[in-house]
Parts: sequence; structure tokens; C-alpha cells
Amino acid sequence: MIKISNLHKSYHTGTNSLHVLKGISLDVHQGEFVSIMGSSGSGKSTLLNILGILDNYDSGSYELGGKLIKDMSEKRAAQYRNQTLGFIFQSFNLISFKNAMENVALPLYYQGVPRKKRNKIALEYLDRLGLLNWADHMPNEMSGGQKQRVAIARALISQPKVILADEPTGALDTQTSYEVMDILKKINKQDITIIIVTHEHDIAAMTDKIIKLRDGVIGDMIINGELASFKKSYTKDKAIL
Amino acid sequence: MFDLDKWQEILGTIKKNKLRTLLTGFSVAWGIFMLMVLLGAGNGLSNGVSSNFEGNARNAIWIWSRETSMPYQGYKVGRAIQFTMDDYDAIKKMENIDKISARYWIGDRIYSFGNEYGTYNTQSCHPDYLGIENLIISQGRFLNDIDLEHERKVMVIGEDIRKALFKDTDPIGQFIKVGSVPFKIIGVYTEKDPREGTRQGLIPISTAQRLFNAGNRIHNLALTTTDISKSESEKIEKNIKNDIARRHKFDPEDERAIGLYNSLKDYVQTMNIFSAINMFVWLIGIGTLIAGIVGVSNIMLIVVKERTKEIGIRKALGATPGSIIGLILLESILITAAAGYIGMFLGISLMEGINFAMEAQTQTQVGASGDQGEIRMFMNPTVDLRIAISAMLLLVAAGAFAGYMPAKRAASIRPIEALHDE
Repeated sequence: MIKISNLHKSYHTGTNSLHVLKGISLDVHQGEFVSIMGSSGSGKSTLLNILGILDNYDSGSYELGGKLIKDMSEKRAAQYRNQTLGFIFQSFNLISFKNAMENVALPLYYQGVPRKKRNKIALEYLDRLGLLNWADHMPNEMSGGQKQRVAIARALISQPKVILADEPTGALDTQTSYEVMDILKKINKQDITIIIVTHEHDIAAMTDKIIKLRDGVIGDMIINGELASFKKSYTKDKAIL
Repeated sequence: MFDLDKWQEILGTIKKNKLRTLLTGFSVAWGIFMLMVLLGAGNGLSNGVSSNFEGNARNAIWIWSRETSMPYQGYKVGRAIQFTMDDYDAIKKMENIDKISARYWIGDRIYSFGNEYGTYNTQSCHPDYLGIENLIISQGRFLNDIDLEHERKVMVIGEDIRKALFKDTDPIGQFIKVGSVPFKIIGVYTEKDPREGTRQGLIPISTAQRLFNAGNRIHNLALTTTDISKSESEKIEKNIKNDIARRHKFDPEDERAIGLYNSLKDYVQTMNIFSAINMFVWLIGIGTLIAGIVGVSNIMLIVVKERTKEIGIRKALGATPGSIIGLILLESILITAAAGYIGMFLGISLMEGINFAMEAQTQTQVGASGDQGEIRMFMNPTVDLRIAISAMLLLVAAGAFAGYMPAKRAASIRPIEALHDE
């Protein structure tokens, strides 16, 4: 689904240049549930930006669904984002002056779906996430968990192939975090690829593959079988704390 | 361009962000409103004063005789100058003279028709007088050359006389008695400007000179010049003065020997003042407009800043940069256009209201005092709609332009960064 090879990216501010990604190669197959970890400055946000076609890269290659994504026009990128990608954010990022239903329906607006039809579809998705009764509520009337579920419904409505989540549980308490992860897992079962960026080990441990970034390169990759021990080591750490 | 969904999205945004809308709208509406009021007031002042020139031709010169104040060629000071038809003939032959009429006053006489009578002023003149005084013939005709040649006892009466003496009778062809002399009415005149009054009877000058034993004496001269500039008009004025001085033997430098009033000089002077005032009004108006533009620009900058996060969200969800810019610009255009319209409507309503009230007042004044009104300084303070609309379009365009730069910048920011900007 996602194939990255030898990806480089640096930022230029004035005379300074910051080499953020220093040759990253990565494969994510369809239906995988991957988490990216790393300390701040390790390049995880930059990587997510590039994965989300929100930013360009300098060299290397990035294929999404078999299509090379490189030097796309803003317009093409927007269309691609709209049709193949879904985004979930740490701070939910619902539009504050739109109610839950309108927020969920927004991606369809950019697909040109008529108002009535997209609102109906939005209600279906809200129903699926158990928020049908909250459809008319504004974001500030909802709890964090509810907001994130609205955001998930919004990410799902365009039936994306890949969902990119930037710290989806970062603003939630443990209980709600686990609920959200359960929902993501269920979505993952429907063969939707999910990539999350997180710094919480317990959240990362719920995914199929953990990619650890360190100073712009992949430092560690923990897959399936090793996850159990990762989980254990993490739980042990926690117990000591 | 017309996409119902897009407009619904924009209207939805406007509805949910009332304060922002109100602030943007207010600065635009206020700018346009002030501009309308300013331009209206300027126009009113200019209309009012130029209306005072409507009663007469703008390039008219009046000349009347007085007494000398300087000794000249052995003549003593204080000699009265008497104009005659020779002066009329001599000046008529000069260059750049368009219309000319000599005048001889008969003074107030009792006019009677049937049982009605009243005291009115009789004046004699040449046919050209019609164009010099800007009289309007409402009935019949004005005096002509044949009337003068045959010294006909015909008269053109003012509308006020007709109203007072003839009531519903058609005056044309009737005989009116001036003192004991009957005159045949050939026409009725009115004035463009009601303050000039229409309480005179006009008769041919030759008739008056014979009837009242005036010989070829005249009281004064009125003339208009052909279409010429102010400096040329002054030259004519000087030529006339010199010519009269030569024939009547007084010092050309003698300011008191004859009186001369050149309306063009006055008119040009007044109009100069007005073009200055107008320029000033425009200067302030443009200043107001610029203030409005700056206001709109400021608010647009803030709006875009405030919406950075929303723009980031929209971009992440698949909004193209074009649609983001379109969203912000159309909203800005919609608000500025609507607010501009409101400002224009209020400004024009106010000025039209003032105009209406003033006109009503003038009506009652004219009704009460008969005919004479005081000099008007303010009249018809309205604004040319084309100017109003172009000012509004300018403001809308400026708002759009002011919104465009930050919108473009906002549309090009990376969503993840915009979203991290808490």
C-alpha cells in the first residue's frame, strides 16, 4: 500500500538547513496497523506530512497504492488526499462553528456530493460510532472522546484506503484512549491501513508494527511476534514506575 | 462560479461568525456612508450657489451710467453721463458681442385690465433681452424687431401680472392699460429661478422712448458675450469702457463714471471656489475610502489568521488551495458588497431626505413671500449614483485584494503545522 524508499527531507530557514529525514525506507501493506514512535525532533511529524501528501520530499520515492507521489500539484494532492486518505488529529480539529454532522460531511463537500446526500451519509457514520443523538451538537458541547469519534467518522466518510492519525489519543485519558484504539482496530479489520504517530508505548503496543524513528532514520522496527515482549517490557517499566 | 453548495457553505460561515461579519461590514458601510454624505454636501453647496446664476446668462455684462469723479479735458468732476442709442449701436458693432439690449425704465405704473388693477414696473428693451435675462416665454411670443421698428404698443407681461390681472382669461391679444395707455399683450414670461420675480411689463424700447419723450436716451445696457474665456471677457469689458469713455469724454481710468457688472467674472470666480471645495471634498472622501479599505484589509488579515486552523483542517480533508482562497474571498466580497450597499443606501437616503425637507421648505417660503426668496447656499445635496457605485466597487475590490494575499498564504501553509498551532 505504502512504499517508501530512501526518503530525504530537509527544511531551509534562511541560511540554516535542517536535515530532518535522512533516508527512510519503509513498506506498509494494505490492512496493516502501524505506529510510528520517536522523540520530538525525530522526524515523525515530517514523515506523516509526507505520507499525507501535505508536504513534498527532496529525494527518494513514495508510492501510495501503487502510484508514485512526487511533485504533485496542490490541486491533485488535495484530490488524492480527499479520496485515499483519512486524517485523525490529537486535538480533534473539528470546525468549531459546524455541528457534528456538518463536520463529518465536510470531506464529501470537497468531493462535490450534494448537501442532502452527504448529510445523510454523515448521519450513518455517526450512527456507526454511536453518536447519532449528538449529530446536532456543536464540538464544544462534546467530551474529548466524543469529539475524537466525530473526527474518526469524518476520516472514514470518504472511504479512504489509509488513515493517518497524529497522536490520536494524546488529548484523551487512558480509558477513552483505549476505546478509541478499539474503534481504530475495528476499522483496521475492514482492511483499511492505519498509521498512527504516538509517543505512548501502550498505544503503540496495540498496533501490528512499531517503527521507531531516531534522528531522521528508522532506529528500530518491532513486528508481530516481538510485540508481546515489547508490551511486557513496557508494562514492566510501568510497574516499576 | 455559481455553485449553490459553495454559497451555502459561505452563508453558513457568515451566520456562525456574526461578530467578524459585523466588524467587516461596519467599516465598509461607514466608509461608503461618509463618502455619500460628504459628496452630497459638496454637491449641495455647489448646486445651491450655481443656482443663483441661473436667472441670468452666465456671460452677461451690465453697464449703467454714473457721474464722473475725475476731471478730464477741461470737464469738471461730477458730470453725469447719459447713455443714448449711439452707445447701443457702437457697442453692438464690437467684436465678440453676442446679444445686446438697451433698457429704458418707465418705473412703477398702475396696470389695469377690466376691474383688476395693480402697480407694476415697466421696462423697455430690445428683443435680445430674452436671452440675456434667461426668460422663459410660457405663452405667446417675445418682442421682435418689427415691434421696435413700428414702435408698436405691445407688451410681454410677467407671470405674476397675468395671475393677478387676468386670472383665467387668456391674456394674449387682450389690451392692458398702463396708466392711460393701452398695450396689446403679446406674451407671458416666467423666470427659471422664481426668486427673480415676474412682476414686470416689457415693451419695445423705441415705443417707450417715443411715448415718454425720451428721445434716444437709454438708462443702461445689457449684453452677452460669445463663448469666450474669462480673460477675453475682461478684455471686452475694457474695450467697452474705453469706447464709452472716448465718446462721452471722460478719463478711461475713472472708475465711477460708469458702472459695469460682468457676471462671467463672478461666475468663474465662484466656480473656481467650488472646484476647490469639490477637490477638498473628494480629498476627504478618498481619505475616508482609504480608511475603509485599510479597515477591511486589517479585518481580512485577522480573519485569515483566525481561520488558519480551519483552513488547515479543510486542506487535510481535501480542499484545494483554490477552493480555500475562493471561500475566503467570496465571503469577503459578499460581506463588503452587502455592507457597502447598506452604507450607500443609508447615505443616499439621508441626502435625499435632506433634499426633500429642503425642497418642501423652499416651497412654503416661496408660497408665503410671493416670489422673492433669499439667496440659496445649499440645494439638491444628492450624489451621482455612478460615483456611489464605483466607490462601492472599489471598496469591494480592495477588500477582495486585501483578503487575497493572506488567503493565498494561508492556503499554502502545511496543514499539520497549522493544526499544531494551538
